[in-house]
Amino acid sequence: MSKVDTSIEIRNLYKIFGQSPKDYVDAVKNGMSKTELGQKHKHILGLNDINISIPAGKIQVVMGLSGSGKSTLIRHINRLIEPTAGSIIINGQNVLEMNELQLRDFRREHTAMVFQRFGLLPHRSVIDNVTFGLEVRGMDAARSRDIAMRWIERVGLQGFENRYPDELSGGMQQRVGLARALSNDASILLMDEAYSALDPLIRTDMQTMLLELQTELNKTIVFITHDLDEALRLGDRIVILRDGSIIQQGDSQDILLRPADDYIERFVKDVNRGRFIRIGSVMSGLEGEASGTLPRLSADMMLEAAAKALTTSAADQAVVVNEMGDPVGLITLRQITAALSSASAADA
Amino acid sequence: MDWLFKFPQLDSDSLLAVKRAIDGSLKALTRSYGDAIEGFFYPLLKVLIFFEDIMLATPWPIVILVFAGIAWFASRRWSVVAAVVGTLFAIGLIGLWVDSMRTISLVFSATLFSVAIGIPLGILLNRFQRFGAALQTLLDIMQTMPPFVYLIPVVMLLGIGRVPGFIAVVIYAIPPIIRLTDLGIRMVDKEVLEAADAYGCSRSQKLWKVQMPLAMPTIMAGVNQTIMMALGMVVIASMIGVQGLGLSVLQAIANQYFTQGILNGFAIVGIAIIFDRISQAYGQRLQKHRGGTHE
Repeated sequence: MSKVDTSIEIRNLYKIFGQSPKDYVDAVKNGMSKTELGQKHKHILGLNDINISIPAGKIQVVMGLSGSGKSTLIRHINRLIEPTAGSIIINGQNVLEMNELQLRDFRREHTAMVFQRFGLLPHRSVIDNVTFGLEVRGMDAARSRDIAMRWIERVGLQGFENRYPDELSGGMQQRVGLARALSNDASILLMDEAYSALDPLIRTDMQTMLLELQTELNKTIVFITHDLDEALRLGDRIVILRDGSIIQQGDSQDILLRPADDYIERFVKDVNRGRFIRIGSVMSGLEGEASGTLPRLSADMMLEAAAKALTTSAADQAVVVNEMGDPVGLITLRQITAALSSASAADA
Repeated sequence: MDWLFKFPQLDSDSLLAVKRAIDGSLKALTRSYGDAIEGFFYPLLKVLIFFEDIMLATPWPIVILVFAGIAWFASRRWSVVAAVVGTLFAIGLIGLWVDSMRTISLVFSATLFSVAIGIPLGILLNRFQRFGAALQTLLDIMQTMPPFVYLIPVVMLLGIGRVPGFIAVVIYAIPPIIRLTDLGIRMVDKEVLEAADAYGCSRSQKLWKVQMPLAMPTIMAGVNQTIMMALGMVVIASMIGVQGLGLSVLQAIANQYFTQGILNGFAIVGIAIIFDRISQAYGQRLQKHRGGTHE
């Protein structure tokens, strides 16, 4: 397969729902508010000037509450929803300008999607669901079965391939959904609240599985969620949407330590900070030589783990090292405790 | 004040002229094209006679065996097979075997034809909005217009016999299969359709791999309805020369033979039960993994 650039560039994307959406794009660009558009003109502003650069091979989380436009946004990437204005560039092509045939090929070859309520075909067995994408592409049955069996085993469903979706639990159904998406061998994986319908424990399992798979597969994953914990756990990068607009984007450390406004701060307040803040984000600079006697901790270590490591050692501070093992900073127990308890810890 | 109590109708002379003109042109049409139209429907007549001959020429034990086999294939339940065989025996015992075979062959061919035409029409109704609206109106007319009324032009054009009877039955019986095909396709889960789109299905792939299989239980309900409507038309169709149970009922009405009427009536009910149990059981088996049982 030829090497394709799977980064996704979303530029000035607008979506207005209503009778004649095109008429209002300029007004919205000039600052008409969602409320004014809704009350005076009976049109709903779905997405307002969305700009995101999604790097190839990373997990991009889009987070927001219901009605924030996150599901609308993900449906623009494979154009299940038609845009009002803007562009989405993938591998040098604007998805929003493809004709019907190009779009069909693009969906078949480059994207795969996982749905909140699974979107499985109830009249087909597990294996026939998993081969669906390949069958649509026209692959012969024997080959697609081999591929499907590999992925069914990979997601832990071996032995269930001849069952029907309604005989499986929610978690197992979503594994089928994931296997269907992965067997498509598409470089872009779109996950629309894929785990929101699952029990908390199963959700954690599925998150772990996705992270494990991603270390091998390095797909470009767009993951939609309303759950901040999930966003922080999975996201290499996170975008937060509200009322169809982006209010912050960055990595988990940016969101936790530098929330853009009160709205995000309220979200962040209830998160277990010890599990998501890395010591590299709160350490102080290195002054002079690093002492050889101090314990050494990786910059990627989370606060909680670092606190545990320090309390079991004799020292109350540690040298923070990067992936190469070079010292890059110092972290003290005091700094860790401060970062655990307040949002402004980074400035302290 | 006279105008207030007397509706301002067209004067009777012009109404009469309109009626005469329409009837006259219909008669002229019959006179000039009657043979051509009959010729056009001749293959249909052949098919109908062919089915009837098969039903009548087959020895009764084989007919019962075939029905039992169909019942088993459709339901996989012995109770259904027993009901079907029992009903057939009862019909035979009261001396209505031959008439029943005639009726079954007409209902069967009318249903087959209705399904073959009705399902594609239902798909079109679903896909094309404007055509759909027009077809809906036509279906409303077909379902509410008294059958006797459309029997008049059919008889004028084709005379009496099997073909006009068949046409009348099809007109009466085809609406449910069209409507329920459309309904079945419309009821397919939106997220499943989204998944089909997201994986790059073409329109026909989406129709045949997703929409039709999932609409199947509803479509089977439509087939069931169509069979029942066709059976209901049997008596009316006998007025224009369709033989079978309906004709005996008609004779019974004319001569006030209560017992003959009720026995033939029960035979029609029996046939209805056979068709109903078989098609329902098949529909239920289809339903198994297509929603409706879980959640």
